[in-house]
Amino acid sequence: MLEHVELFFKSIFIDNMVFATFLGMCSYLAVSKKVTTAVGLGAAVIFVLAVTVPLNWLLDQYLLRNGALAWLGPEYADYDLSFLSFILFIATIATMVQLVEIVVEKFSPALYNSLGIFLPLIAVNCAILGGSLFMQSRDIQSLGLAFNYGLSSGIGWFLAILAIAAIREKIRYSNVPAPLRGLGITFIITGLMAIGFMSFGGMLTGGDEAPAEVEKNTVQKTEEVKTIKETDGNSVSYNNAIINE
Amino acid sequence: MALLSKKDSRLILDPLADNNPITIQVLGICSALAITAELKASIVMALSVVFVLGLGNVVISLMRNIIPSKIRIIVQLVVVATLVIIVDQVLKAFAYELSKTLSVFIGLIITNCIIMGRFEAFALANGPWKSFLDGIGNSAGYGLILVIIGFFRELLGSGTLLGIKVLGDPIEKTGLYAIGYENNGFMLLSPMALIVVGIIIWVQRSRNKALIEEN
Repeated sequence: MLEHVELFFKSIFIDNMVFATFLGMCSYLAVSKKVTTAVGLGAAVIFVLAVTVPLNWLLDQYLLRNGALAWLGPEYADYDLSFLSFILFIATIATMVQLVEIVVEKFSPALYNSLGIFLPLIAVNCAILGGSLFMQSRDIQSLGLAFNYGLSSGIGWFLAILAIAAIREKIRYSNVPAPLRGLGITFIITGLMAIGFMSFGGMLTGGDEAPAEVEKNTVQKTEEVKTIKETDGNSVSYNNAIINE
Repeated sequence: MALLSKKDSRLILDPLADNNPITIQVLGICSALAITAELKASIVMALSVVFVLGLGNVVISLMRNIIPSKIRIIVQLVVVATLVIIVDQVLKAFAYELSKTLSVFIGLIITNCIIMGRFEAFALANGPWKSFLDGIGNSAGYGLILVIIGFFRELLGSGTLLGIKVLGDPIEKTGLYAIGYENNGFMLLSPMALIVVGIIIWVQRSRNKALIEEN
């Protein structure tokens, strides 16, 4: 239970999609001129992320990752299909977006009217594919956590676009230097908001998260170096260089 | 440029400045910001996008008359995803450390709006040669901004360029550091990428007043 709460707040505030990893910036900048449209797109992103991340988690777990095909029988146990993940993830996302559009149109015309135009846009929103790819690279452990990750990343994105839309509605009345108007000032404000969000960094672990991560990375690195050394005796000097780093 | 007619060379040169995909068309921002803390990563990212967009535009343009318009998005995504997988596998094989740094952002070329934007706006309506030029031009414009951001962030943030210590050694206090210069570690953090892009937009638009937006 605790890990769910931790992941939830971490994805919303610390690893916020817009402010920490810059995912979905294109639609974030293009659709944030009015609060109402921003709310529509934000809701659509939450919805699609919460559906596609768990689906892609299942795909990753039972089809793509190294040894994932073991459930077919022992002779399939050493297949590694992870190079196919881009194409499968994007296909899942595009299909799901189409499906969601059809279902929503059929059962809830009111919701369709408010989300409708945004849904096709979402298939090519980097936040959606990014959510699935980060889910894969961060090694999310269970289906429930994957759902949680999708949902909370979506909420984080929603918060970000809502905030910038509200600011942009107000900034229309300010005297911004002419060359900065529109896009330029939006970039700079987003930068300042991102600095603000960085202060959430110490929220969960009291600030010692970063060193732990560094340690983990170095451990991984040395392991990699070892494997290279075992397989190839000629590249020892190159390996030493990596260790010294 | 003797090879190219005047119209063709405009296809390449326009996106470099006055119709730049990042600062004017606002496409493909995501990756531009996340991986530019080092110049090397920016250059590799720019080259990957040149490869994917150049080839992808040609493929889509060749298929433009046989793609049913209802499923064109999925066809486009499949073409891009295939090209990106090639890039990703090549990077993993020949530059493993770098592909770790770029992590998911190579995969995110698939959803880079520049690519879908150029497919939709250009390749679906023009022949392969023109589409190729358009692809190269736009991805070069994208790459140019990436390299500029990467240059300033790496220079000011860690005092190096491509890993070479151009400003002297911060620990042994040589070069600029001897007179009390300090690296601005803040440049390496993500928010500064946004602010650097904001400044680039500012400079570009003060030089060319025609680009200034209404509020």
